[in-house]
Order: sequence, then structure tokens, then C-alpha cells
Amino acid sequence: MDLYEIVRGPLAWVALLVFFLGTVYRIVSMLIEARKDKVVYPYMSLKYGLRSLMHWLIPFGSVNMRKRPVMTVVTFVFHICLVLTPIFLLAHIVLVYESWQVQWCSLPECAADVMSVLVVLACVYFLVRRIVSPEVQNVTFLSDYVLLAVVALPFLTGFLAYHQLGPYRPMLILHILTGEIMLVAIPFTRLSHMFFFFFTRAYMGSEFGNVRNARDW
Amino acid sequence: MATFPDREPVEDIGLDETIKKLTPEQIEKTILKVLNEESAARLKVFVDTCVHCGLCSNACHFYNSHDGDPKYAPVSKVKDTIWVMIKKKGKVDAEFIRGAARIAFTECNVCRRCSMYCPFGIDMAYLILTVRRICHLLGVVPQYLQDTVNSHAATLNQMWVKPDEWIDTLQWQEEEQLDEVVGARIPLDRMGADIMYSVIGPEPKFLPQLIGQMDQIMTVAGMSWTMPSLDGWDNSNMAMYSGDFETMARVERKHYDKALELKVKKIVMGECGHAFRGAAYDGPKWLGWKHPPVPLIHAVEFYHDLIESGKIKIVKKFEEPITVQDPCNIVRGRGLGQKLRYIMNATCSDFRDVEPRFEHNYCCNAGGGTINCGPPWKTTRVKGNRVKADQFRATGAKVIVTPCHNCHSGIEDIVSGYKLDMHVKFFSEILVECIEIPESLQA
Repeated sequence: MDLYEIVRGPLAWVALLVFFLGTVYRIVSMLIEARKDKVVYPYMSLKYGLRSLMHWLIPFGSVNMRKRPVMTVVTFVFHICLVLTPIFLLAHIVLVYESWQVQWCSLPECAADVMSVLVVLACVYFLVRRIVSPEVQNVTFLSDYVLLAVVALPFLTGFLAYHQLGPYRPMLILHILTGEIMLVAIPFTRLSHMFFFFFTRAYMGSEFGNVRNARDW
Repeated sequence: MATFPDREPVEDIGLDETIKKLTPEQIEKTILKVLNEESAARLKVFVDTCVHCGLCSNACHFYNSHDGDPKYAPVSKVKDTIWVMIKKKGKVDAEFIRGAARIAFTECNVCRRCSMYCPFGIDMAYLILTVRRICHLLGVVPQYLQDTVNSHAATLNQMWVKPDEWIDTLQWQEEEQLDEVVGARIPLDRMGADIMYSVIGPEPKFLPQLIGQMDQIMTVAGMSWTMPSLDGWDNSNMAMYSGDFETMARVERKHYDKALELKVKKIVMGECGHAFRGAAYDGPKWLGWKHPPVPLIHAVEFYHDLIESGKIKIVKKFEEPITVQDPCNIVRGRGLGQKLRYIMNATCSDFRDVEPRFEHNYCCNAGGGTINCGPPWKTTRVKGNRVKADQFRATGAKVIVTPCHNCHSGIEDIVSGYKLDMHVKFFSEILVECIEIPESLQA
């Protein structure tokens, strides 16, 4: 087997399994441990949890989002493009079809292009912010830079490979590999905020709304 | 080891002397006990989910008042304390504990404003309270705060008030009120009354007139009420803030036991924020109650109901330009911002609201146990809340109503520290000027 076949085959399996099972493991262990935290389940409320989530998932829904308009726009664009591009990219759907005969609608190619570039540019914005803003620099560690690279690289290399800028096969292998690294990193690093966000926000919304009769946005 | 960015040295024997008795093994064991046995999912998830974005920074009055000094951002306070303890698995030294105690007790009011600015709603107040718990278990607590906690443990009230002093104070205030209002007696231990009124610790010692004012209000409103003659009269709870949760629970237990013993329908408490928080949430939580066994009504809500229902009539309005403080523990902590404005507008003709307001208002910087850390830390408090002074100055008011004891004292310090030329009053002081005493009750 050559390197391409390894990343395209067994490593892809490993990455996907670690991503799914790792995520399930983190969420389930959180749910179990939350029983030990006596207040969590009694306080949780569907209505107030959703109310808070709604305010924080809509651009400018919270006061702090309105105070920081540039960051709000960048982070919403970043997250939307980050999630939608890998799922709705034609090339990815083709791969899934080849393996499992399942397909779904795809993004137009130029849209996917723009979205990939936006993800990379957003990562640059986050990087600059980390270096330039003192309050962010104060809580920045090496791992924060590494995580930014982990997220930016799949999009950068994917864009370059698609446009065949640079040596194609190595770039393609790099894209698949960095994508797999990102998948594996998600459950076990701060990238897990991807799923924890919903729980922490719903909890805070419940505590503020259900228990304290106050608003948390 | 984390180094603590430059701060002015402050002497406090509760921190400086107590750390000398600590051993590394004791520190490690205590930290691990709290992290592994007393904390669970919340601690882990709040620490793991933080993406180090720093968006919480502009929530905090400390950060804003220090012109964006990064060490005062909520995330920085948490990073310099609990993150280090977790990362080093408890292997930190005594100097670190002193630094962590300084941050947790004097540079954070656990006001929860930051959780409204963090996209994840991370409860940084909870993380800081966990640090305080660890420091308390190691005996490292600012001296003045520890003294009030010792008082709670020994006398069940905050101010070393002895039982005979308590009754003497009540009788004195009753006499004063009887000069103005017929029948303004303070019923003690009256079983089956509708309301048990409990006061905040400092009142009998420093502000007994507030007890007298409530006596007048209750009598004029025709309420069926009572007060405890002995332990259980103090609803304040400094132990909640020092991390001594066991004493906190004992105090709250006595408070509710008294109300249950007297078979009252509800407890009305005076104007205090932390007392409400301790009695409504933190005490019951530790005792295993989801809700207090007897409903607890804060003074602001009580006044609102009295005015709205017409049980007391407002015949005069307070004329001077006046503004208001939103105490964290009853606005962010209970949503009483609207009711507060209702009673302000009902009694004041020139009420000027503050900006930002309601849940987004700033803490007074005295709550959360910080003013109770005493005189050594007063400069820290005043310097850390310039934004509050700016807020009040912008209203052009001459009087500030603070329906909370800690806010009252803290804002007095800010008024004098920033030379605002304003007076600070409790709401009851305004209310008694404005109510009508029915002819039948006039002495």
C-alpha cells in the first residue's frame, strides 16, 4: 500500500471512528458525571435552555455580540463555512458515494471555493487577534496556535489540491491527512466546544432563566 | 509555577500568616479532594470548553476600570488559579495559594456578569468559588472575612450579636416607632403569622433604624408578621463566600427551621443581595433542597406587592434627582430589575435610570464577600470600579438607592473615592418618607 491508499483507506476509518466514538464517549461521560453535580439535572429546562441557545446562535442576538460586531461576523461566517463545506463539497460526496452508494446535494464549486478561503482568512483573523489583543494573548498557549493550524490546514490544502496549485498527489495526501488529524482532535481537545457549547449554553440559560428569572444574553 | 503579574502588595494576616502552616502534601491532598470529590461535570466541562477567546473580558468591572489590564479579565483570573491547580494536579506551593486566594477573594465578586458575555455561558463565578473552597479548606482566607464566618459558626449571626443584644435592639426600635405609629410592636415568635421577617447581620449593630422602618411598614400595611427572638434571625451568610459551605448550611438550616417552627407562610427579608442568594439558592443546594422549604421574598418584591396592591399608599414623592443600583444577586440573581423600577417610579418624581441596566448593570464591587475582606482591600475595591462611578456621574442624580447592604457600603466607598457628591440610601428610607400613615394609626 502506498501513502495515498493508507490515508484514503484504513486511516480514514480510524479517523472517522475516533471522531464518532470519541464524541459519544465525551458526551456520555459528561452526562453521567453531571449526575454527581447535584444541581445540573434539576435545574435544566428545555424552554429556557432553548431560549438561551436561540439568542446565542443568531448573529447579534446577545449584548456582547453587538458590542463586538467584527468578531461576530467573522466567527459566524467561519463556523458556518467550516461545517457546511466538508459536508456538501462535491468531491467529498463522490467519495462517500464510491464507498457506500449514498449521495446528497452538493455546493456549486465556486461557492465551496469561496467558503474554503473564508475559513482560512478567518483563521488568520483569529491568529492576529491572539497576538495583538492583550486579553487574548494573556490566555494563549502553544496549543491555541496548534489548534488554529489543525483547523486551517485541511481547508488550505483542500483548496490548493483542488486547483492543482503545487504538486498534486502530495498536496492531496496532505489534505486527507490534516483532515484526519482534525477529526481525531475534535473529541479530545478544545475543539470539543463543537458539541459542549450546546450543553453549557443550555445549562446557563436554564440556571439564569428557570431558577433566577433572569436573562443570560 | 504560574507567576502572578504585578500587583501592589497588601498585608493581610489571613493570607500571609496562614500559608506558613501549609505543607505541600496538605495542599495537594486538599486540591485533589475538591477537584475529584466535590466537583464533577461542571468543573471539567467549563474548563475544557473554554476556547481562550477572551470575549468575557469586557464584561468585568475590574477589567474595564483598569483600562483593559489583561490580568483582570475573568478568563485570566480563572487561568491564574484553577487552571494551574488542575494542570499541576494540586502540586502547587503555599505562595501560589496566597496569590490564588488574593484573586479569588478580592478581585472577583462572583457577580456572573461574565457568563452573560461568554458565548458558552461558562460559569466563571463557580470556578472562582471552587478556588475559594480550596483556600478555605487550607485555612487561607482574608482575616476580616474569616472573622465574620467565625461569628456565624459561633453565634449563627454575622456580627457577634448576643441574644440579649438582639432583643434589646428590637425593643429600642419598637419604642421609637410607637412614638409615630399606633400598634407598631414587633411581634416575637408569633406562631402562625403570615410572614417571618429576617434581617441582615449588620442591621442590629449598625443600622437598627432599618428594623424600625420595616416595623412601621408592616404595621401600616396591616401585615400579620413576626420576628425570631433568638437564633435564625440573621439571613446573611458570609460563609457562603469564604467557601465554608458547612457553616453556610448550618446558618440557612437554622433560618428555615425557625420559619418552619413558627409555621409562617413566607419569609420576607430586608434589602440585601447575598443574603437572598445564600438563603434562596446556595444554602438550599448544599442542604439538598431544590427550592427553599418556605418561600423567600426579597424586600424589593415585597415592597412592589405592597405598593401595587394598595396595602400601603404613597402620598408624597421623593423630589431630588435619584438613581438606582441593580444589586447583582437580586437582578442577575432573581430578575427583580423591573419591580425595582416600579417601586422607584412609584415613590420618586425625578428618577434617572443608569446605563447599562438590569442584568447588564455592573457589580458594586463590594459584594461576593469582597467588602467583607475588610480595610486592607478597600483600595483594590475602589480602584477596581471606576466604571460604576462613571455610570452614576452620567445620571446627574444626587441620591443613589441601593437595595442591598453590600452595595450600600461599597457604593459609599466609590462615592467618596471618586468624589461624586451623592448620598446613598436604602429603599426603605425613601419609602417611609412617602407613605401615608392612616389616621387611625397616627400616634
